[in-house]
Amino acid sequence: MRIQYPTNIRIIRTPCTGKLEVEYFMKAFENGADGVLIAGCEEGGCHFIEGNLLAKRRVNYTRELLKELGLSPERIRMVNISAAMARPFVDIVNDMVETIKGLGQSPLNPKKDNQPNTNTTLEITK
Amino acid sequence: MIVAERKKIPEIVEIIKPHKKVLVLGCGTCVTVCLAGGEREVSIISSALRIAARVNGYEYEIEEHTIERQCDNVFIEEASEIIARNDAVVSLGCGAGVQAIAERYNTKPVYAGLNTSFIGILEERAVWTEKCAACGDCVLHEYGGICPITRCAKHLLNGPCGGSLEDRCEVSPDKPCGWQLIYKRLKSIGQLDRLKQIKPPKNWGKSLAGGSRIIVREDHRI
Repeated sequence: MRIQYPTNIRIIRTPCTGKLEVEYFMKAFENGADGVLIAGCEEGGCHFIEGNLLAKRRVNYTRELLKELGLSPERIRMVNISAAMARPFVDIVNDMVETIKGLGQSPLNPKKDNQPNTNTTLEITK
Repeated sequence: MIVAERKKIPEIVEIIKPHKKVLVLGCGTCVTVCLAGGEREVSIISSALRIAARVNGYEYEIEEHTIERQCDNVFIEEASEIIARNDAVVSLGCGAGVQAIAERYNTKPVYAGLNTSFIGILEERAVWTEKCAACGDCVLHEYGGICPITRCAKHLLNGPCGGSLEDRCEVSPDKPCGWQLIYKRLKSIGQLDRLKQIKPPKNWGKSLAGGSRIIVREDHRI
């Protein structure tokens, strides 16, 4: 299909979004990620039954933590998308990148320019 | 077990911000089970504190460590080196753990990172409920195993109060009436006649009203 998504994201593959814990998200922010996008399977379609539902709750908990820290909860987002949905995936990534650009660089990002460029995308492998 | 919950991050930051090196010390027993102060929570809270420091320009550094039990000397000693090299400790143990550490390190500020809530049980996944007030003079045998001190909002020994709506407590309608539970339980075990006995006022001297309590077992002392 040759659809291109922004080059300023880094994809980290995990066996299932259920593998992701709150501390992983916090470490990503601590290490300077401007945003974290979690792309899990569609609800009801988890190979491990409820991994993506667990991830959703953990993402929500992390959003509350970010609020406590004075960071925008919009810096972390979970989406449900199947591996065959290339176009929606690109649209979602573009939308996330735009959101992060709107929020500006994370105060923890070691890079000094104002362009956010280290979004971290976590995607599951099917 | 003892059930606790995490303090809000800004509250902890406010407590530790004058220090340079801070140890976040977890406890591997009760607070690990109630997902408040175990190894995982140490990692999450430490990350949050580091982020808060960099966002707000504070200079403290955070070190992480978790010991098996903070209320036990043997395990506290394991952490003595780590405690020594930090300026202050944020204990993610219960109130007993915080005080156990503080008593053993005279010159080290030790702060509570959790709010210790109650003695309770895991009701269902990630739901804990209070079951015991540690009153020091257990009366559970008289009430079918349901504690009127803990489960009745008015702590009535001669209930019910008459204010319940259906089986809900009039103080907190989201909770069941403790005395409704006691009645049902005594009925099902064939001990309803216990309710005919009038209970005298309870001796609260064995509870916290008599000051902090101590138990000594001479037969086990060396």
